[in-house]
Amino acid sequence: MSAMTATSQTSVSELVASEPKPRLRDLCRMEWIKIASLRSTWFVLIAAALATIFINLNGVRSDLQYLDRDLAHPDGIMPDGYHWHFIYNPLFRSLSDIAVQLMMLGAAAIGALTMFGEFSTGQVRTTFAAVPKRGSVVAAKIAVLCAITTVLAFAVALVSFLGGQAMVASRHVGLSITDHDAQIAIAAYTLVVPVCALVGMLFGALIRNATASIVAVVAFLFLLPSFFGGDKYHWVKEIGHLFPGSAEGTLTFWAKDFNQTNGKWPASHTHAWLVYAGWAVISTVVALVVVKKRDA
Amino acid sequence: MIELTDLTKRYGDKTAVDHLTVTVRSGTVTGFLGPNGSGKSTTLRMILGLNAPTSGTVTIDGRRFTDRPRGLRHVGALLDAQDIHGGRSAVAHLKSLAVSNRIPLRRIGEVLEEVGLAEAGRKRIGGYSLGMKQRLGIAGALLGDPPVLLFDEPLNGLDPEGVRWVREMLQRLAGEGRTVFVSSHLMSEMEHTAERLVVIGRGALIADETLAEFSRRGSQDTVLVRSPEAAALAAVLTAEGAEVLPVEGGADGGEGTGALTVVGLTAARIGELAWQNTIMLAELATQSASLEKAFMELTADSVEYAAGESR
Repeated sequence: MSAMTATSQTSVSELVASEPKPRLRDLCRMEWIKIASLRSTWFVLIAAALATIFINLNGVRSDLQYLDRDLAHPDGIMPDGYHWHFIYNPLFRSLSDIAVQLMMLGAAAIGALTMFGEFSTGQVRTTFAAVPKRGSVVAAKIAVLCAITTVLAFAVALVSFLGGQAMVASRHVGLSITDHDAQIAIAAYTLVVPVCALVGMLFGALIRNATASIVAVVAFLFLLPSFFGGDKYHWVKEIGHLFPGSAEGTLTFWAKDFNQTNGKWPASHTHAWLVYAGWAVISTVVALVVVKKRDA
Repeated sequence: MIELTDLTKRYGDKTAVDHLTVTVRSGTVTGFLGPNGSGKSTTLRMILGLNAPTSGTVTIDGRRFTDRPRGLRHVGALLDAQDIHGGRSAVAHLKSLAVSNRIPLRRIGEVLEEVGLAEAGRKRIGGYSLGMKQRLGIAGALLGDPPVLLFDEPLNGLDPEGVRWVREMLQRLAGEGRTVFVSSHLMSEMEHTAERLVVIGRGALIADETLAEFSRRGSQDTVLVRSPEAAALAAVLTAEGAEVLPVEGGADGGEGTGALTVVGLTAARIGELAWQNTIMLAELATQSASLEKAFMELTADSVEYAAGESR
């Protein structure tokens, strides 16, 4: 018995010695399998993407009905005496704020799911028993989440933009993909989605419960900003500028359309990009800290 | 080998694990026993670094588990069969674990085959019975062929065939020189499985010894004897120095069946005395001291959630 034990222990230690080096990309593969093997992930993402594209292209289609008339008679006087000159805003409908909110919502839900899906089911104990280094698990989750949402959001932004411009091309009011404003708008329309995914992940890591995390992140992204609107107080507006949705509005706003305004005290583009970056960094750091510190 | 040194976990003013110092050796199955809420699961979670100890240390083969970048080749653990996302298939679940630790994917088929889930591997885990989830949890623990295995109540939800299979597997794994640490709240489950026992109550160590040593703590063997002339038999046995107690209601629940519990005489000696005194016996059976009873007696003071007790 003792001889047998000795030999098998040698083989056990040999087995451990032959362990391959740990790589972050293996963890990314693990997170990819986890996220891709859930039907709900694909359902949420594809439904959000299709709905977003539909709303954008349908918006441009409804513009088309009035476009020829407005282009033929571009000038008018409003009842309050404002002289109104029609100019077609090629971004307003093709990259609409309402539509991207669906993508933001879907991404936030998936982001939250990557955390509450682990904690609320107890799966996290199985995960951390396999990979005791929690920080690298969170890093892999962030990498996979950002990759999926960025790729999907970029596809949605491209299809919406190019489709929308193609529909108005015969009227020569569209923007080229090489246009600087268009490129910034597409980038902003894309990147707000992974930012919201990270915010969702933050809420999932903090709250750990499915329903509560989703409600909290929806309230934060879509309800809370409406308390900081209006042009009455500067500081209220400044707080409003700190939300990802507001930053997206700033970056996709087409300044050449002088009939539209971003209100009093608009934020700068730099400010808006910093808001994106800020939420990405805060979400990453806080998620890492809470996942490391708290008992699984 | 798992070494717990002065391991303590407090939740607020409640002490879940109380200065536990235990060494779990390789090459044997060590049972980890305690009543519900005695701190077994918390201890196992601290071994894996899932819960941080308030004080004390725990090492596996000389290193803290959380210092290892990857775990599956070092420790295989089944803590709770429900600790799994129900939306995936068993194959997807095991694949996610295997790739994270660079374990060859052929192991997935091997472990599924070993636990008897080869057929159900592609189905969603959400539709599995508790017994199937236990098997899947065991498959996950075996995936990395680790030298240390931790199982928290692995027999829950298994049918008798499954229970026998798990017992044989645990003994085989220990026979291969591995460290096997298995928790249970039922002595009867460990009695035929473990060679060593670690018993805790309210988080504190009660016993850390072999099964044989543990069984000696319990009551002596008793003999059940039944006779139509129970009173006469009782007199003879008492005269011989035995302690005789009538069994109330009788073994089959009827009255006056004349069943006696005898302590201090062997069944052979009782038969001999009955024959010498021409007393007819209807039944004669040795009842070995139950480990369950020893366990109950030992942990009686530390039962956390006793029924029918006001506190």
